[in-house]
Amino acid sequence: MEQVRFEQVSLAYDEGGPLAIQDISLSVAENEFIAVVGPSGCGKSTLMKLVSGLTEPTEGYVYVGGRQVAGPQKCIGMAFQASNLLPWRTTLDNVMLPLEIVQPYRSQMRRQRKAFEARCRDLLARVGLAGNEDKFPWELSGGMQQRASICRALIHKPKLLMLDEPFGALDAFTKEELWIMLQELWQEEPFTVILVTHDLREATFLADTVYVLSKGPGQLVARKAIEQARPRKLEWTYTDDFARDVHELREHIGRIRES
Amino acid sequence: MAISKRKKFLVKHASWLLMIVLLVFWEFICRALQVPQFLFPAPTAVLEAGIARWEIISMHALQTLYTTLVGFAIAVAFGLLVGMAVGSSPLVYRALYPMMVGFNSIPKVAFVPVLVVWFGIGTVPAILTAFLISFFPVLVNVATGLSTLEPELEDVLRSMGASKLDILRKVGLPRTMPYFFASLKVAITLAFVGSVISETVASNLGIGYLMMAASSSMDMALVFAGLIVIGAMGVGMYELFALTEKRFTGWANRGSGGVA
Repeated sequence: MEQVRFEQVSLAYDEGGPLAIQDISLSVAENEFIAVVGPSGCGKSTLMKLVSGLTEPTEGYVYVGGRQVAGPQKCIGMAFQASNLLPWRTTLDNVMLPLEIVQPYRSQMRRQRKAFEARCRDLLARVGLAGNEDKFPWELSGGMQQRASICRALIHKPKLLMLDEPFGALDAFTKEELWIMLQELWQEEPFTVILVTHDLREATFLADTVYVLSKGPGQLVARKAIEQARPRKLEWTYTDDFARDVHELREHIGRIRES
Repeated sequence: MAISKRKKFLVKHASWLLMIVLLVFWEFICRALQVPQFLFPAPTAVLEAGIARWEIISMHALQTLYTTLVGFAIAVAFGLLVGMAVGSSPLVYRALYPMMVGFNSIPKVAFVPVLVVWFGIGTVPAILTAFLISFFPVLVNVATGLSTLEPELEDVLRSMGASKLDILRKVGLPRTMPYFFASLKVAITLAFVGSVISETVASNLGIGYLMMAASSSMDMALVFAGLIVIGAMGVGMYELFALTEKRFTGWANRGSGGVA
């Protein structure tokens, strides 16, 4: 089953202005984990906005779950480089937020608040945040905030998770920890993931398929399937095998720079 | 140890100490230079006048407090509603903002005669002046709080299918609360200014009127007593809102816990 599909999509933010992305066609299978990499300013984030329906393509069509995207999508989880947790809510309440908005949880909220809270606590415990439920975001470290942010993106069980450089601001060790955590969550209860990043190691480690975008306007220049069994271990990132894959992606980016 | 304790004491009671020092200085000047009472009464004389005529003063003070609070309440409701409209709609912002700035630049005392023609003298113009002078900071702050909402935050909510109203309720308004409470502190002091101005020009009740009447009979001690009463009411109200602010938006002021 296909979850996301781009058909020759182009987008210019201003009418007649320069294209942010041009002629992109790709398709993401259900429960596939894809990564989009490219130099900064290549329209990676634009791609996310198109999928979530926050912007409309100038040309071409975007389909999510077999239906053409028209207006903001209902059931997408999103996480960004900044955790965007609400500072006036505790960690638990932050994770509860989607349940207060997305149906059918929204109308069940009053009667099932306890059950929903338990569910949030479970998810927080699974990402190693047990005991931090009642802390406020500023009391958490950057990595913990990002874990909470991913919990918030997943609590309403979206079919599609969109990640826009979610680990971009973290140190190398925390980053690797979170890769493992994300992979575990994804394997336990699969969902489709679109990960936008400029970290080639991250893309290679996590994704089934990596797409390389060129710069201004963003065009697809390469598609690479990563054939590595799951669950992938961090040790794998130190093998020649892994290095070869990363290197190959790097070559594509290098070529973009020269041209 | 002893030094730090004394310093702590000083910091804690700084405002009271300064006030006492100033009062003593004031008293000293008046006595040393033998300033006549009808020009500049000493604090003791002001206190005397205040105690001797506390019934009159409190009657007028209550009137001023009443008009101020009513005007302020209208200003908060109005500022909140219009601020929400201005902050969430670029169209309303474009249309309304220049006019509001223009209106706010008009000295409100110039407006009082108009109000008097429309509503007669007394309570109504005082309430309206208090309202007119104090709604602007509320409006501006609410609008600013709403319009500076991080786009990513909005995207997160929109991608869940949240409506405009949802975004306003779950993110916009809570995020605006620190701005809102900060504006209340400014607005309440302005509201006092507004009602006293109006009472001075067109009323036979209220502290403004009392001071006007007292100064025309050269009763300076009473004028000063009135001034001090207004100041005290202003500080009291300010502190009340500062306290509410702390209670409701503690998350926004977490850094200053050590100072307070």
